Amino acid sequence: MQLLIDILSWGFILAGVFFVFTGTLGMLRLPDFYTRLHGAGITDTLGTELLLIAMMLQAGWSLVTVKLAMISLFIFFTSPTATHALANAANAVGLRPFGVPAKDLEPGKREKR
Amino acid sequence: MGHILSLGASLAAFWMLLSGSISLDHKLVLGFGVASLVLSIWLAVRMDRIDGTPVSVNLRPSLIRYWIWLAKEIGKANIDVAKIVLSPKMEISPRMIRVKATQKTDVGITTFANSITLTPGTVSVDIDNDEILVHAITDEMAQGLLESDMDARVTAVEAKIR
Repeated sequence: MQLLIDILSWGFILAGVFFVFTGTLGMLRLPDFYTRLHGAGITDTLGTELLLIAMMLQAGWSLVTVKLAMISLFIFFTSPTATHALANAANAVGLRPFGVPAKDLEPGKREKR
Repeated sequence: MGHILSLGASLAAFWMLLSGSISLDHKLVLGFGVASLVLSIWLAVRMDRIDGTPVSVNLRPSLIRYWIWLAKEIGKANIDVAKIVLSPKMEISPRMIRVKATQKTDVGITTFANSITLTPGTVSVDIDNDEILVHAITDEMAQGLLESDMDARVTAVEAKIR
């Protein structure tokens, strides 16, 4: 049983590390501020959550697991808020996004749904 | 008054969870707990007076179902963005689109905007009235968001909680 949990949590840790690495690579490779936010999003969501799940598996049914679940919920709520605050600030000071077609930047245009 | 009591009860339960013990031997720790509880409730009541939305703990099954659906979407979107980042040519086609939000409350719109940001590949940039300005990393992701039923799902959950 312990072996199974160890294997599972190893899987989650490796997957988490892979996504944290991918997010970091995205931060370095992507061309501008807005697109880099998407790269950082990988680290924020899947990377962190997978690592937290792996830690919960190691901690078992204990108070530590409850605390880890709380941290995971906290990140779930705060990370998009922080990302939105960054993007909103960049937009407010008029940072032009890279590669976006000019028609998207016209004010008041509404996309058909 | 009712919601002050329920808020107090859930905060007390949360404090006990985090502290792990409620023995009377540690009077100082217990005192800190009670003090932070009173301070939190006082702050919550003060903030209610400003924005008019009471702080409430509303964990309905529909909300949990929405979170599970959202977690799946986040997983899928993560893999899509990871593929873009890891591919040698890194084909991106950024877009700025306006998505209509049909939610009625501030909490509903915040939930929708946060869900957009949580799924990698789309970030909510600005909100004016009922439209959310979204930056998407590829054209496909922009179209995917416009076609997805995320907005309808958030509105449905909101209608049940309200």
